[in-house]
Amino acid sequence: MIESFSIRGVEFRNRVLVASGTFGYGDEVKDLVDVNELGGICTKSLSWKPRDGNPPRRIVETPSGMLNSIGLANIGVHAFIEEKLPYLRTLNTAIIANIAASSIQEYCDVLNLLEQQEGIAGYEINISCPNVKEGGLNFGTNCDMTRQITARLRPLTQKPLIMKLTPNVTHISEFARAVEEAGADAVSVINTLIGMAVDIRARKPKLSTVTGGLSGPAIKPIALAKVYEVAQVVKIPIIGIGGIMTAEDAVEFLLVGASAVQIGTANFIDPATGVKVADGLRAFAETQGLSDVGQLVRAMESNIQFSVIQSWL
Amino acid sequence: MSNQHAPIIQTIVKVVDRREIVDGIFNLILQAPEIAYRSAPGQFINIRCGEGCVPLLRRPFSISRVDGELIELMFNVIGHGTRMLSSKRTEDTLDVLGPLGVPFGIAGDYETALLVGGGLGIAPFPFLTDFLLKQKKEIVTFVGARTGRQISERHMTNVHVATDDGTRGLRGTVVDLLKKYLSGKPSKRHKIFGCGPTQMLKALSELASASSVDCELSLEGDMACGMGICQGCPVERADGKKKYALVCTEGPTFNSNDIILR
Repeated sequence: MIESFSIRGVEFRNRVLVASGTFGYGDEVKDLVDVNELGGICTKSLSWKPRDGNPPRRIVETPSGMLNSIGLANIGVHAFIEEKLPYLRTLNTAIIANIAASSIQEYCDVLNLLEQQEGIAGYEINISCPNVKEGGLNFGTNCDMTRQITARLRPLTQKPLIMKLTPNVTHISEFARAVEEAGADAVSVINTLIGMAVDIRARKPKLSTVTGGLSGPAIKPIALAKVYEVAQVVKIPIIGIGGIMTAEDAVEFLLVGASAVQIGTANFIDPATGVKVADGLRAFAETQGLSDVGQLVRAMESNIQFSVIQSWL
Repeated sequence: MSNQHAPIIQTIVKVVDRREIVDGIFNLILQAPEIAYRSAPGQFINIRCGEGCVPLLRRPFSISRVDGELIELMFNVIGHGTRMLSSKRTEDTLDVLGPLGVPFGIAGDYETALLVGGGLGIAPFPFLTDFLLKQKKEIVTFVGARTGRQISERHMTNVHVATDDGTRGLRGTVVDLLKKYLSGKPSKRHKIFGCGPTQMLKALSELASASSVDCELSLEGDMACGMGICQGCPVERADGKKKYALVCTEGPTFNSNDIILR
């Protein structure tokens, strides 16, 4: 059974990665999971300087999901290179550095610095964090800005450049098309959806920032529809993200157009979810009589033309 | 504030017993040898209360007591997760992650440990009591609750009580009770161990500082993972080196001088 796939010549051992911000820097959970069995690890978002993140409360559980407002708390790219990268380099899985920034220049600076290091397989650019004042969603909800960031970063690296898109726009496919045209190698679809929760007795928002990002199984149907929409307009690989808890969930994403998936919120409950999903994907492909898990990609059968569906999206 | 290095274990454990010990407070006993043998007072475990998506996240609980290969928890029903736990039966199984967090700092040249718990803040005290008794420390325990029916003294020693409604012990807060006890006593012989609601811990921390008594606090945090990956449970640090510490991996126990409660 072939499980691997590649983006811009970089081979991933299987089609299951772990999502940024849900697996730390890979070392926190090494007691609990053999990270070498993962297709790849997307690091916690890295900014030029360390970020403290938002005041508490940062996490609220909601039905089948959770809201977070972490605010990109991270140790900064310099400390990452010194303290975390040496360990990550010893792993036999693809390390994708996720970059967050509050200006185009900062994205470029972080990427340039990481380009000088060994051990990074590619980059995922976070232009879609809903929980910071500057950057983040301001970039990701502006199609022209999204295109510009991609175009500025493209010439800086020969490694895979993956743009992580937000669902908090009217037509995510327009953004996917823009980054494809600007030279991105893949898109990650989707980041969290803006949501909120209220403490009715205190009459206050539960999160310190009022709104936060919704993730978990609650958003899976939305994520599937977004991946499906994006798959109609781009040829570059799509990495499907949103509420995946099981291999069956991952199969759905592949069928609607994802070439790979990322496991996010499920890691908080069971850090071995990614490995279990990868095992389950292989087993499912075997029962389907396939020789390559990739044969599931874009393999959904539907009689309805996309042009008809488009009017509903 | 130091990070723990003992390995975290994810394991399926059996429920040995579950009972309501006093009004609304449950005791759950789990057979969890791998975790029991490695735990120290102040640490916690993170439990998956069901198998589906509601509740989605694990729920953190202080390890209330360890007896051989058994772990005891103490909780009240506040939502889906704790309701599910309160209906567990003997032989049911649970997916548990632990031990997590940094234990209470029990070192020091104090003679008397003052254990101060508000509401379910008493949860870690039976385990702490066993530990301190082995260290030949004298213990005085202060327990506060809304009403006398909610007071448990199980596996604690030398217990003084305060209730909001005055149905048992002092009418007032557990911090008032401690203040009364401390007045006129030399401070250097004592060390405070506190656990309870944030506002209580804040008052306790101020009293400890005013009385120059060393003070360890056990905090709660809204966390998704309990392992330092979600970054969901910050508490403000006092040293200004970084703005926040994480309750899950740098706590839940902190010296009161190291953090700022709001």
